[in-house]
Amino acid sequence: MFIIFLLIGISVLVAAGFLGAFLWAVRSGQYDDDYTPAVRMLFENEVGGSNKPAGNKPPARHT
Amino acid sequence: MEAALQTNIQTCYHCGDSCNDEPIVAHDKAFCCDGCKTVYELLEENNLCTYYSLEQTPGISGKQPLAESRFAYLDDAGVETQLVNFRSDTISKLTFYIPQMHCSSCIWLLENLFKLNPGISESTVNFMRKELSLTFFHQQTSLREVVQLLARIGYEPAITLADTDGKKTTRYSRTIIYKLGIAGFCFGNVMLLAFPDYLAVTNSLQRSFGSFFGYLSLILSIPAMFYSARGFFTSAIEGLRQRMVNIDLPIATGLLALFFVSIYQIVTGTGPGYLDSFTGLVFFMLIGKYFQQRTYDTLSFDRDYTSYFPVSVTVLKDNQEEESIPVRNLKVGNRIRIRNQELIPADAMLLRGTAMIDYSFVSGESEPVEKVVGEIIYAGGRQVGESVELEVVKEVSQGYLTQLWNDSVFSKQEQAQNVGTYANAAGKWFIIAIMIIAAGTLAYWVPRDLTMAMNAFTSVLIIACPCALSLATPFVHGHTLRVFGKNKFFLRNTAVVETLAKIDTVVFDKTGTLTEPSAAEVTYKGKALTPVQEQNIKSVLSHSTHPLSQRIFQSMPGTTTSVQNFKEYAGKGLVGEANGQLVRLGSAAYLGINAANAHDNLQTAVYVSVDGVLLGYYTFYNVYREGLTDILEGLQDKKIAVLSGDNDHETERLRELLGEKASLNFNQSPMQKLEYIQQLKQQQQRVLMVGDGLNDAGALKQSHAGIALTNSITNFSPSCDAILDATAFNKLSKFLAFSRKTMKIILAAFAVSLFYNVIGLTFAVQGLFTPIVSAIIMPISTLSVIVFASLSVKIAAKRAGL
Repeated sequence: MFIIFLLIGISVLVAAGFLGAFLWAVRSGQYDDDYTPAVRMLFENEVGGSNKPAGNKPPARHT
Repeated sequence: MEAALQTNIQTCYHCGDSCNDEPIVAHDKAFCCDGCKTVYELLEENNLCTYYSLEQTPGISGKQPLAESRFAYLDDAGVETQLVNFRSDTISKLTFYIPQMHCSSCIWLLENLFKLNPGISESTVNFMRKELSLTFFHQQTSLREVVQLLARIGYEPAITLADTDGKKTTRYSRTIIYKLGIAGFCFGNVMLLAFPDYLAVTNSLQRSFGSFFGYLSLILSIPAMFYSARGFFTSAIEGLRQRMVNIDLPIATGLLALFFVSIYQIVTGTGPGYLDSFTGLVFFMLIGKYFQQRTYDTLSFDRDYTSYFPVSVTVLKDNQEEESIPVRNLKVGNRIRIRNQELIPADAMLLRGTAMIDYSFVSGESEPVEKVVGEIIYAGGRQVGESVELEVVKEVSQGYLTQLWNDSVFSKQEQAQNVGTYANAAGKWFIIAIMIIAAGTLAYWVPRDLTMAMNAFTSVLIIACPCALSLATPFVHGHTLRVFGKNKFFLRNTAVVETLAKIDTVVFDKTGTLTEPSAAEVTYKGKALTPVQEQNIKSVLSHSTHPLSQRIFQSMPGTTTSVQNFKEYAGKGLVGEANGQLVRLGSAAYLGINAANAHDNLQTAVYVSVDGVLLGYYTFYNVYREGLTDILEGLQDKKIAVLSGDNDHETERLRELLGEKASLNFNQSPMQKLEYIQQLKQQQQRVLMVGDGLNDAGALKQSHAGIALTNSITNFSPSCDAILDATAFNKLSKFLAFSRKTMKIILAAFAVSLFYNVIGLTFAVQGLFTPIVSAIIMPISTLSVIVFASLSVKIAAKRAGL
C-alpha cells in the first residue's frame, strides 16, 4: 500500500503547482482588470503598411 | 458606405454631434467644428482610421479649443517627479486618469499612441478604472508633449492637485483573491483526504492510513487558519476591544473550536477531526466577503477639493512676465491670470477683465455669475470668457471653500456612522443563545458521562458557527448593489444598503438637485410684444454671449435679421438696432428704472425697452426634474426638507410640490447646511442627504447616508456614500423602498440558517455530532442560504421594476 503515499504526495504536489500558478497570475496583475483584455483581443493587428518599424510591437501588458 | 454618409451628413463624423450651422466638409466627411476636423486629419495622416470603424462617431467634441500654454507647468521638474511613477535613465512611466474614455475605439486609439508620438514606447488602458499607463522615452519626448498629444486628440488627462499629494497607492487590494485562492486549495485537498471517512466500507483503509491523512490535512489547513481566516479573528478582537459583539465573534469561536478539536482528535488518534468542514467554512465565508468587497473601482467616493483643483496656475511677475507655478506655492498678493475654462484656485480679487464665474461645481448653479473689478471671487469657480487678472487674497488652504474641509466632520474617519447592522445585532443574540445551550449541555452530561460532556459541548460550539448567518448579509447586499448599479445608482459599499433602509428623513439640496441645472423657464411679463418687436429683440440677443441672453434667445421663436450698432456693457446690458428700432436689454439700473418700481429684487430679471419705451421684463424660473412628483409621493412616510443656498423666491412653488409639512430653508451656507443635518441627527432622525455640489459636501458627509447626484458619473462629485446618475433620479423612492425590502430578505435568510442550526444543535446536544453529519449539514446550509439570498433579491428586483 506504499503506492498510496506516493500517489497522494504527487497529487498534493500537482495541486500545489496549480496554486503557485494561480498566485503568480494574481501577482502579475491578471486579476486587476477583467474588462479591457476582452476588448483588446478583438482588435485586428494591421499587417504591413506604413507603420514605423520601431512602433510595430504589440502593446504588452505591464505592471 | 456612401449611402450611410449621405444620411448622416448632418452629424459630425468625429464626435456624432449634430452640425448645427453649416458642417465643415473635408475628405467627403462632415465635421461639426474645426477641432473635430483637426483630430480626424491627424489620425488619418497616421493611418489610424480604424478608430472610426470600431465604433460609430467615437470622438470627443473638439468645440472648445484651449490654449496649449496651460500645460506649461508640466515642464517643471518638480511637478514631473510628483506625477511620474518610475523613472530610469531612458524611460519614464506614469498613469493618467482619463474620464473621457467611453468605448472600445478609445481603448484602441489610446493603445496605439506610439504611432502618433514615436517617443511613447507603450500605453495600456484599464477601461474600468479609466486609466492609461504610459511608458515614454524622456529623451525623445517630454511629459508635456505627451499630455498635449492626449489633449489634442480629445483625451485630456485629469491632472489635479490630488495627484501631486504624494504617491497614491493605486494598487488594488488583491489580498481577498489570494485568501480565496489559498482557502480553495486547502478546502479541495482536505476534502479529498477526508473522503474515506464518509464511507464505512473504507474502514480498513482508515485504520492503516488514518493518522497519515489526519496529519496531512492538518498541515493543509494551517494556511487556511492563519492566513485566509485571519480577518475574522482580527475583526472579532477589534469588536471585543470596543466592547461590542459583532457577527465575527461567534464565527471566530466556532472556527477556533473546530480547529482545536480537530488537532486534539488527530494527535490523540481519537478521530479524524472536522478539518474538511473547517476549510470549507473559511472558503465559503471568504466568497461572501469577496462579494461584499466588490465595489465600484471606477468611481471615487472619497474626493475632496484637491481632486478638483488644478496643479498649477499662471502667475504674473512685476515685469508682466508669465510664469507657471504650483498652486501650493501660491502666496497672498500674487497676481494670477485665469484663462477661459480655467479654475480659480484661491480666493482672489478681480483686477482686470470681466469675470463670468461658473460656480456649478461649488453651488450647483449653472448660470455663470458676473463679477466686476474689485470684487472678491471665491475659489472653485471656473472662468468663462476672456482671460482675467486677479490678486490672491487668501492662500489655497485658507479659502472659503477649503475651510469646509477643515471642519471636524472631515477629519473623522469612518466610525460607527452606520447604526449597528442587522448581522451584528443578530450575532450578539446568537452568541448569548449558544453560550446558554452549551452550558446547559455541559450541565446535563457532566453527572452522566464526562467524555460525552466534552464531546457534546464542543459539538455545540462547532455546529453553531453562524456561517450561514454571516453569508446572508453579504450576498443579499452584494446582489442589491448590483441591481442598483444596473439602474445607475452606485453605492460606496454594502453597508450603505442597510443605512438606506432605515432612513426616515430626506433632505434635498435645491439647485441642481431638485432642479434641472441646464434648463430654466423664461417668462415674459409686461406689454404684449408685436411679432416685429419680438424678431428685433431676438436678433439683438443673438449677438450676445451672456448666458441670460442665450436663454431668452433660445426661448423665443422666429428668425433673426441683421443688427447694427450692437454694443454690450458688461454687468449692465446691451443695445442694438434692428429694422430701425433701438432695442435695449439689461438690468433695471441699466434701463433707468429705480428700485421701487422693480418688481422683485430677489429674482433675476432682464428688462427690455424698444425705442426708449419700457415694455416689460423677462424672468427665469427653475425647472424641476422630471419625476419629482413621483418621488415625493413615494417618500410620503418620511420627513422632507429642502436646503437651498438660493434666496426664497421659489418658496411658493416648492410648497406646492412638497406639501405643507416639508421644511424649507433658504440662504443656507455650506456650514449651515452641515449644522442643519447635525441638528436633525441630534433629534434621533436618520437622515439621507441628496446634493450635488461642493457646497453640499459637508452635509453629505455629516448625514447618515449622502447621495451625490451627477450628470456624468465619472465627473467630479463630492465625497459621499452613493453616487446617483441624474437620469435615474426619478427612481430614488424606489431605491429606498427596495433597500427596505432587502432587509426583509435578510431576515428570511436568517430564518433559513436558523432552521439548520436547530437541526445541527439537536444532534450536538445529544452528543451525536459526527464528521459525516458535519460534512453534510455545513455545506448544505451554506449553499442553500446563498441560493436563497441570490434568488429572492432577483425576484424582488423584478417585482419592484428595477
